[in-house]
Formats: sequence, C-alpha cells, structure tokens
Amino acid sequence: MLLELRHLRKAFGGLVGTDDVSLDLRQGEIHALIGPNGAGKTTLIHQISGTLAPDSGQVVFAGEDVTRLSLARRARRGLARSFQITSIVPGFSALENVALAVQARSGSSFRFFRPAGNEATLNGQAMEALAEVGLERRAAVPASVLSHGEKRQLELAIALAMRPRLLLLDEPLAGTGAEEAERLMRILGGLRARYGILLIEHDMPAVFALADRISVLAQGRVIASGTREEIRANPIVRDAYLGEDEAA
Amino acid sequence: MTWRDAAVPLAIFALLAIAPFAGFGQGHSLTLLARAMIFGMAAISLSLIVGGAGLVSLGHAAMLGVGAYTVVVLDHARITEGWMVVPIAIAASAAFAAVTGAIAIRTSGVHFIMITLAFGQMAFFATSSLALYGGDDGYTLYSRTELFGTRALEGRLFFHFTCLALLILCWALVQALLASRFGRVLRAARENETRARAVGFEPYRYRLVAYAIAGAIGGLAGVLLANGTEFVAPAYVTWQRSGDLLFMVILGGAAGPHGALMGALAFILVEEWLAHVTEHWRLIFGPLLILCVYYMRGGIAGLLRRG
Ligand SMILES: Nc1ncnc2c1ncn2[C@@H]1O[C@H](COP(=O)(O)OP(=O)(O)OP(=O)(O)O)[C@@H](O)[C@H]1O
Ligand SMILES: [Mg+2]
Repeated sequence: MLLELRHLRKAFGGLVGTDDVSLDLRQGEIHALIGPNGAGKTTLIHQISGTLAPDSGQVVFAGEDVTRLSLARRARRGLARSFQITSIVPGFSALENVALAVQARSGSSFRFFRPAGNEATLNGQAMEALAEVGLERRAAVPASVLSHGEKRQLELAIALAMRPRLLLLDEPLAGTGAEEAERLMRILGGLRARYGILLIEHDMPAVFALADRISVLAQGRVIASGTREEIRANPIVRDAYLGEDEAA
Repeated sequence: MTWRDAAVPLAIFALLAIAPFAGFGQGHSLTLLARAMIFGMAAISLSLIVGGAGLVSLGHAAMLGVGAYTVVVLDHARITEGWMVVPIAIAASAAFAAVTGAIAIRTSGVHFIMITLAFGQMAFFATSSLALYGGDDGYTLYSRTELFGTRALEGRLFFHFTCLALLILCWALVQALLASRFGRVLRAARENETRARAVGFEPYRYRLVAYAIAGAIGGLAGVLLANGTEFVAPAYVTWQRSGDLLFMVILGGAAGPHGALMGALAFILVEEWLAHVTEHWRLIFGPLLILCVYYMRGGIAGLLRRG
C-alpha cells in the first residue's frame, strides 16, 4: 500500500476538521475524495502532506510512519501536493518555479557561487515538466502574470518535477476554463500509471471519468468508499451529496 | 542581474575610485567617503537578510560592534596584525550572528524585529560595561590594524582603496549568493514559504546561514569602522545605528545589494550635507526619510528602474 491513513482526527476548537478518517491508496491508482464544502477534504490533505499535524491517528507512506515528519521532509520522501488556492512563487518565472522543485531533489542547495539559473540540468528537467503540462512556451514568463488556468498547470508541473510517488491534488480543475480543464484531465489520466493520486474535486463528471476509487467525506467522516459503480449506486451518497442527475 | 542593475553600482564604484583625484582628496572628504563605503558594506550585508531572506532586523549594528570590539580586544592584547585581526573579527561576528540568529529566526515579522532589537541592546549594554575597554567612554586604538607588519592602512589613500575593494567584494559576493542555488531557496522562501517547504526545503537552515554570512560581512565593516576612526565606543552598537542601517536598505530599495549600496551612500552624504546647513538637521532628516519611504516604493533602485 502506498498510503495508509489510520483514524485521523483533527478539530479546530469545537469545529470538526476530520473525524476518524481511515483510507488507503495503491500505487498506480487515482483515489478521488469528494464531499460538500467544509467536509474536511483540504484538512485531510493538510494532514497527509504535513501542513497540519493531526490531533490523533497516523499517516503511513510507503510503509513508513510519517505522521511526525515536516512538510519538507515528506516532500523529499516523495509526497507532492498542490494547493486549493494556487501556491507558486510569484516573482519567479514559470521555469524557475519548476527548477526550484528540481533543485530540491538534485544534490545540495548549499551552493553559493554558481548562478542557479545557468544550471542546464536543472533547467532541462524543469522544461520537461513544463512540457508535460503544456506550458513550455510560457517558461520565461513571470509566474504572477500567468492566467489562472496556467497557474494551475504550473503548480502541477512543480509537483511532477519533484518526481514524487504520490500526488495530492486539491481541486486542480477549480476555476479553470472548459478547455483548460479538459487538458488537465487528459494530463491527470496520463499520470495514473506512474503515480498514486489522491484527487479532491467538485467536478463530478471529471471524478467519475478519472477515479478508480471514490471516497465520500461529510462533516469530517468517510460516509462511503468504493469503486465508481458502488458510489454511484450508494443511496446514502445519492441523498447526501450527489444530485440525482449526476448519479444517473 | 540585468545590465541596468549592474550599471549603477559600477558607476558608483568608478566615481569612488576617482573621487580622491577629483577634488575629494582632503582629509575630511576622504573620511566621509570611507564612512559612506563602510556603511555601504554594512547595508549590503543587511540587505541579504532583509531583501534576500525577508527578515527585518533591528539589531544589525551589533554585528559591526562585534567586529569593532574584536579589534579593540586584540589591540589591548597588542595583536594588530591584519591576518589575525580580520579573520578573528569575521569569525566572532559570524558566530554571534549564528547564535543569536538560531533563536531569532524561529520567529518572524514583528517578533523577529523585537528579538533582534533585544540582542542588539544586549550587545550595547555588554560593551558599555567593558570597563577594561573604556566602558561608556570608548577605547582609542594604539594603532591601526597592520598588514604584514606594515602600517599601510594609516595612509589615507590606501585606506580609501582598501574600503573600496572590500565594498566591491562584498557587493559581488552578495550578488552571487542571491543568484546561486542557496539564494534561490532564500528568495523562494521569502516570497512563498509554504511553497518552498512543499517542494522539500526547510527555510530555517538557509536563513540561518544567510544571517551568519551577513554577520560576517557586518563584522568586517566593523573592523574598518574601528580603523577609520581609531576609536570604538558603545555608540557604534546603539539601536539607532541599527535603525539607520535598516533605513539605508529601505531607502535604497530592498531588492538587492545595489539598492542598499545606494541607500547607504545617499544616507551618509545627505546627513553630512544637512549637518552643514543647519544644526537642527535631524528635524529635517527624519521627515525626509519618512517622505522617501512613503513616496518611493522600491526605493532609489526602483526610481532608477522607472526613470
Ligand atoms: N485553520 C482552520 N481554523 C479553523 N477552522 C478551520 C481551519 N481550516 C478548516 N477549518 C474548518 O474545518 C472544516 C473543514 O474545512 P476544509 O477546508 O477541510 O473543507 P473542504 O472539504 O476542503 O471544503 P471546500 O470544498 O470548501 O474546500 C470547515 O468547517 C472549516 O471551516
Ligand atoms: Mg478544500
């Protein structure tokens, strides 16, 4: 098992974030996490990635308990995440944003004299990642002036450049136009073979097209988990979350 | 670095190089220019922390203080050879920065300002209580730092060009640091710390190293400061002095070392000029600085880029 979550609990004062969430994810699988606003999906990703520490429970990644490891350490172990609100370095070019991620796994960054922008190996691998998401022609553009959809693509390129084993994607399609969403979906589908992917998404057609398994979160609890067909047929899910037309 | 960014500092260095032969060769002018260059170095080192790492320090004068007082302590022990004094002073100020930084960098924002201020004040009170070295009254050096046993630094022109050479060296060093892998991590963490962490960097380590390097350069500036006046006093370590340094960086535009350099030169020269014009110069200088910060986002460097 690539990722095992055991009884993750997180509360914000009296507010429930996640309540006893246990899930697992295999290599080569897209596991989608759906649920209404405020269900605790982002809170769960925060706990998996190390952005937030759980109150109790465990995160086991590739057989190792990483619950106490920092965000940066988990990243170096092969856990890459995107953020619901796009998180890039606005003053860097698109290329430098990705090169930063390549640099993080390419030897020491305590190198003080050689200009990093001239390192061909860093730039080359960064360019490959940009090409993979179709952003290579925007490489030199400052990240701050990219369109919203391009920023989402860039964030995905950053994650890919980390050469991770598991991708945690928090609503990668949110706010993108129809064309960009389609392109991102194609990319995600193509990534399946190489990574495990935990995908949070509100776009139900996308979820049902991409996911191997789906878990439904409501008020911090997993109320259902199973294959696409099982989730589609599940009456509790239909009532609680899916509109009739979407489930049909 | 664009050509435009390099053109201004190179022009400044050229002007500083010809100044002694173009009407600024008298004692008073050279003293003023040396002072401007030394504070230029100090401001450049501070800009590595402020502009590079995004940490606003109000205790940087302590770094100069450690450097200057290292000269004092060694002078009192009759050790004046530069190849001893300079490395020891740099090591001492880097160590001081590393120890205080290890604590301060755990915080950020206002807390960081307050902690660096507190360490600066500790350094101030420590120097004031050093009775052996003159306490509040300060300490007059027996001699300037020697180079291979020679008194070359006592030559006014030689001292001028020593300051200039070290200023250029520090500028080039900080410029290179910011463009390196190390600097890229610093800059990324300044702009978006979570992003830097999410790709696998712990910003703390990089910031601490930057802080220590800034301390080392500050210490070197302190050595020059002590040599320039042949006198060292706790006044070098006051928080007002730290504030002046911070102002130089902000005045220049915190974008890089060239901003800090311009800020320092402008600060020292305007201060000097105002002091000539009226004895109430501080009344004018204060509001002037506030106006500069208010109207010149991006500082002098920003102004030049737009112009
Ligand atoms: N830092 C925080 N402090 C306090 N409450 C929080 C915090 N983060 C999340 N919450 C609360 O925890 C609950 C779960 O939030 P979370 O962001 O995980 O939901 P979500 O499923 O990602 O929702 P959405 O679909 O809107 O992104 C919400 O009630 C939210 O208000
Ligand atoms: Mg969310």
